This record gives sequence, structure tokens and C-alpha cells, in this order.
Amino acid sequence: MTLVAEEVRIDVPVSGAPRRGVVSRVFGRLGNGFVQVLLALVAVFWLVPVFGLLIASLRDESANTASGWWTVFTKPAELTLANYAELVANHAVWQSFLNTFYIAVPATILVVVMASLASYALSWIEFPGRETLTVVVVGLLVMPIQVALIPVAKLFGAFGLFGTITGVVLFHVAFGLPFAIFLLRNFFAGIPRDLIEAARMDGATEWVIFKRVVLPVAKPAIASLTIFQFLWVWNDMLVALVFADQDSAPITVALRAQLRQFGTNIDLLATGAFLSMIVPLAVFLLFQKYFVQGVLAGSTK
Amino acid sequence: MTPKKWGLSTSVDAAPGRSPRQAIPFLLPALLVLAALVLYPLVFSLIRSFFDATGDEFVGVRNYVDTFTDPRTLTAFRNNVIWVVVAPAAVTGLGLIFAVLTERIRWATAFRLVLFMPMAISLFASGIIFRLVYEEAPNQGVVNAVLVGVHDMFSPSSQYPGARPREGYTATEAGFAANKPVRAGDTVMLPLIGFNPQQVPAQALPASTPQAGDGELRGLVWLDVSAGGDAGKVDVIERGLPGIAVEAVRDGQVVARTTTGDDGRFTFPDLAVGEVTVRLPRSNFELPFRGQTWLGPGLITPVIISSWIWIMTGFAITFIAAGLSAIPRDALEAARVDGATEWQVFRRVTIPLLSPVLLVVFVTLVINVLKIFELVFVIAPGSVQSEANVLALQMWQVSFGTGGDQGAGSALAVILFLLVAPAMLFNIRRFRRERS
Repeated sequence: MTLVAEEVRIDVPVSGAPRRGVVSRVFGRLGNGFVQVLLALVAVFWLVPVFGLLIASLRDESANTASGWWTVFTKPAELTLANYAELVANHAVWQSFLNTFYIAVPATILVVVMASLASYALSWIEFPGRETLTVVVVGLLVMPIQVALIPVAKLFGAFGLFGTITGVVLFHVAFGLPFAIFLLRNFFAGIPRDLIEAARMDGATEWVIFKRVVLPVAKPAIASLTIFQFLWVWNDMLVALVFADQDSAPITVALRAQLRQFGTNIDLLATGAFLSMIVPLAVFLLFQKYFVQGVLAGSTK
Repeated sequence: MTPKKWGLSTSVDAAPGRSPRQAIPFLLPALLVLAALVLYPLVFSLIRSFFDATGDEFVGVRNYVDTFTDPRTLTAFRNNVIWVVVAPAAVTGLGLIFAVLTERIRWATAFRLVLFMPMAISLFASGIIFRLVYEEAPNQGVVNAVLVGVHDMFSPSSQYPGARPREGYTATEAGFAANKPVRAGDTVMLPLIGFNPQQVPAQALPASTPQAGDGELRGLVWLDVSAGGDAGKVDVIERGLPGIAVEAVRDGQVVARTTTGDDGRFTFPDLAVGEVTVRLPRSNFELPFRGQTWLGPGLITPVIISSWIWIMTGFAITFIAAGLSAIPRDALEAARVDGATEWQVFRRVTIPLLSPVLLVVFVTLVINVLKIFELVFVIAPGSVQSEANVLALQMWQVSFGTGGDQGAGSALAVILFLLVAPAMLFNIRRFRRERS
């Protein structure tokens, strides 16, 4: 909340070389080695579940029913890409994978555009009620989406949007906006006043100031927001569970039916889950700095 | 970071052509969407919660009364309380410990990256991951595989799980005891059934009736496959069962113990005069240890909480580490110069200076916990979902799942909103304070 975008980075808090801090003195005699080993074990502990899912997705149904994924160390020959081939060939699943893009991309673009515009007004245009409006947005940050499910379902029903990708996108936009505005407003408000004033002196319109002065400066914040919002929508299940039908369902909802027989569907579920994870993992590893900033700033969601 | 110039903006407005109206095109798109899909629904849900399932009849607070008397919702409440009490504190604590510890290692960035990774993937995928981790069959779920491995290291599993004598024996606490006593010189024929012949150890030899021995009690334990042979008789294809423990019992005391050979024979060479009862101890036939039923009704909520801890700890670490780095070194050094021990510095200086950050992390986690939905939905198998139920899931089920009662669903949504409302005020107050 307080730690606004550019203050927080996953790699910053360690100030330079490891310093002899609290721990080294508390654990002084146990030495660095103990901490190293402990943290290494913790890291392995964190990775094992994901690794297990990955291996399970690379073994066929009979192998998964017969033995655990860890037997791969003795029988690496069992590894196969067949599950992925099968899943991609499955029209419904592949369509749901594409749907996830069709939902996440527009929902991200719309949120970024609308929030940038609104944040500019909230930080640089004086109007009555601005203070109140800002506080309302801050209040909406933690709004549970449950309060809107039933009314919006009715509303979408009336407008023929229920069960459509457009409906799912709109709902995501609505509940993405408060955080998006909050994050961008904080950033925009921190832009040096002189920059804006100078542009105004030159007679630039608000639109030009927004486009030529504010947006270029705000690139890092917009990048954080884009990545955060994209992953947020990509990973959603509840919204799509309510508002999407079979043809517009994203991958999380499409795979849901397979949950009933977990034990015998491990190959399919593990593969599907991993397919749905590939995009977020890639985005995370490529843009981890921006993603971490976004999550930390938007943690209250 | 936050602007402190709200009062100074008159000069801006003084510029020609600047008017509040210019804010409208900037604000309009966002405001329309927020009004139609967030604010209007909030009001609608509030009103709707006072109407019945069809939405036609005003029922006052009946939906709320029903909600607080419905056992399923009460289970959900109870679970939410468990979640709120246990999970955020656990994650904040772990986050603090790891954040402090990572200050000591060179690969802190890599460590945080690994622990942060679960934040990037969907709760659905995390749910699948942990469903697999806790799967009951020890040949599928890694937790039970480890448990069974450790268990079998200390007490190896039996060789003939599920096998039992054909007849003439009674199952007791200690094992299968013969109904008729025998004495030295007798021959005991002990056909076992209920075991897959293919699982008989490879060293097993064909079974044959031993000669009666003078002064010795002899016997044969073999697998009596009735198909293609006579029940209770030793047939050519049948094999003796090696390694079965046999006890001779007199007056409730075990007087002799032996084990069958590869041909299934056993001998008690020096039994004193008198009758004994032959007994096959239970350990021969014990069913193998299969681990815990993690996904059963008893452990389901702790199991789901553990997966949430896996997801959120990285967030807490990163947030707290950022707070730690912002603590002025001078404060710590001053305390040290004053002769404080490291523990005192940590306890009296670091923690108090860090407490605003810890509070934000904690509140954030509480909000997150109140909205928990997907993890329960995915990890809890259908049959125990009612046991693992939480409010957000119950709201979905009542309104869109099996329930179909949008009046009761709206009441649950409003309750959820009220539970989150303190956090809303917390955020607003923080926001105001930061700006002043």
C-alpha cells in the first residue's frame, strides 16, 4: 500500500553485499553455513510441488496411475510429450486456452487506458469532489467481487452479455480499475509539478500534457500495472465460472470438469494446469521486477 | 512520493481555459464502468438480500437469520475463523523470519524469486499442484509416499497382507489362533487363502506334507489356491509360503516361536509335554501402511491452508524485506553502542520500527484469506467440500451452484462485504494520513 511502485523491488532490499546484520550476530556461532543450508532446503521445498506437477504432465496416464512422478529418476524413459499433444488436439481445451487470451488481453488494455485517463484527472486537474472520488477509489480496493456477481449477472442477462467473452472482460475491467487508478494516481501525482506547469505555460491542452508529458514518464508504473492486471485476469477462475459459458470459458473453467476423478485424470489435469501456467511463468520470469512491484502495490486487492 | 500540494493548485486553475469540465472526458469511461458494475451492484445486493429466492417477496432479515442457522454456512464461518486466526499470522511470521535470514545470503534475490513464483500462477493451478501433493495413494501423492517410506523403514510392512487361514482358526488381537490344540508329534496343516499367488516370493518351493516327527510339532503353511485343486489339500501346483511367523501358545503364553522355510514348513523341536495352540501372529498379514487421508474431512482445512502458505510467503518476504531495508542503520547502531544484545536490538528496535509494515502485510493477508475460493474449490474433493467450506465458496454455491437462491446468496455477499469493510476503512485512513 504505502510502498509505491518504484520504491519496491525484489532485488533492492538487500543493500549491497550481505551485511553482518541481526542474524549473523544472533546466529553468530552457528555461522553462515547453517542459514545457507536452511534457506536452500526451503527453496527446494518450495520447488518440489511444481516440479512434481511438471513431471506428472510428462508421463502418460498408465504411468501416473501406476507410480508417482518421483520414479522418473529411475525410469526417465517414461517421459513423453503425448499429453500435451493430446490436449492441444482437444478442440475444447485449445479453444479455452485461446479464450484466456481473448479475455486477458482486452481486459488489460481497457484497464490501463481507462485508469491512465482517470488517474490523470485525479492528480492534475482540479475539480470539485476530487478528494472524495479518490477516497472512494481507495475504498473500492478491497471490494469483494461477490457483492457484484448476482446483480451483474442480471444486468448482463438483460443486455445479452451473459455467457460472452465481452461480459467476462467488462467485469474484470470494473474490478481491475480501483487498483489500477490507485497505482497510477500515486505515480502520476509524484511527477514534478514543474514539468506539468511548463507544458501548461506553453499552452498545451490537458490531452497533450497527458500524452506527451505524463505517459512517457509513467512507463514503469504502466508496465507494472499491465503485467499485474494481465496475470490477474489470466489466473481468474471465479469470474469466468459465473459469467462465461462453455464456448467462452477460459482454461481454468474448462478444466474444472475433470476434477471429479482426480486420481485417474492426473495426466490431463497436470498437463492442463501446466499449460495454463506457462504464460504466467514466462511473464513472471521475463518481467519479474515489474510484476513484483505491481503485486506489492496492489496487495490489498 | 505522495503529493503535498493539494492546497496550492489555484495557480493552475488561473490559467486560461482551465476548468473542472476538462476532467470529464478523462474520468467518464472509468466512472461509468465503476458505477454500473461495482457501485450499483453493491446497492442492488444490499436490497436483494432482503428478498426471497425469486426476488418478488420482501422477507426482511430472514435471509440473514437463515444464513446464521444453516449448518453449512456455520461450517463455512468456522473455517473462515480458523483461516483468519492461523494463516495470516503464520505467513507474516515466516515472512519475517525469511526476510531477516535472506539478509545474510548472497543469493537472496534468487531465493525470493523462487518463493515469489507461486504468486504468478493461478490459484487453480496451485490447487491442482497441492491436490497431487496430498493425493492419498502413496504411489501418487508425494507426502504419503514419504510417510510410508519413513514408516516402512522403522516397521517393515508384512509379507502377506490380507491372507488368512481357510478354516479352523479364529482371528484374535494377536493373530489367527487355532481352534483345536495340538501336541508334539502332531502335524499341522495350515492352508492360507485370500492372497494373490503371483505375489508369493520367488524363492517359495512346492508344498508337501511333512512327515510326523517324534517329539516335534511339525507343520506346513501353504497357499491353497482352490482353482484346479482341492480345497484344504496340498496340490501339485501349490507352493509353501516362506517367512511366516508361527507361535506355539500355552495358557496364553507364547512358549515357542519359529518361521516357515522356503517350502512353507515349520518345526517346533522341543515343546514340553502338553497341548499347545498354534497361532499365526497378526504381523504376517498386516495391511501395508498407506499414509494419511489428507483430503478427508478431518485434515482438509489444514491442508488447504498449507497450500495458501506456500503461495503467500514469498509476498510477505518481499514486502517485509523492503521494510527492513528502509530501517535507518543509525537506530540499530545507536542501540548497539548502548550495549544492547542483538536479540534486544531485534526485539526492541527492529520489530517496532517494522511494525507498520507488518501490520499492512497482516491486513492484506486477512483480506486475501476472507476471499479464499479457488483453493477450496479445487483441493477439496466433492465429498468433503462441505467440510472445507468457506464463505466465498458458500456464496457461489448458494447463488449459482446447487442452491440457486440469490436472496440468500446476496445476504452472504453483504456479510462478506461487512467483514472486509474494516480493512476498507484501514486503507482509507492510511491513505489520508500519508497525504497529510
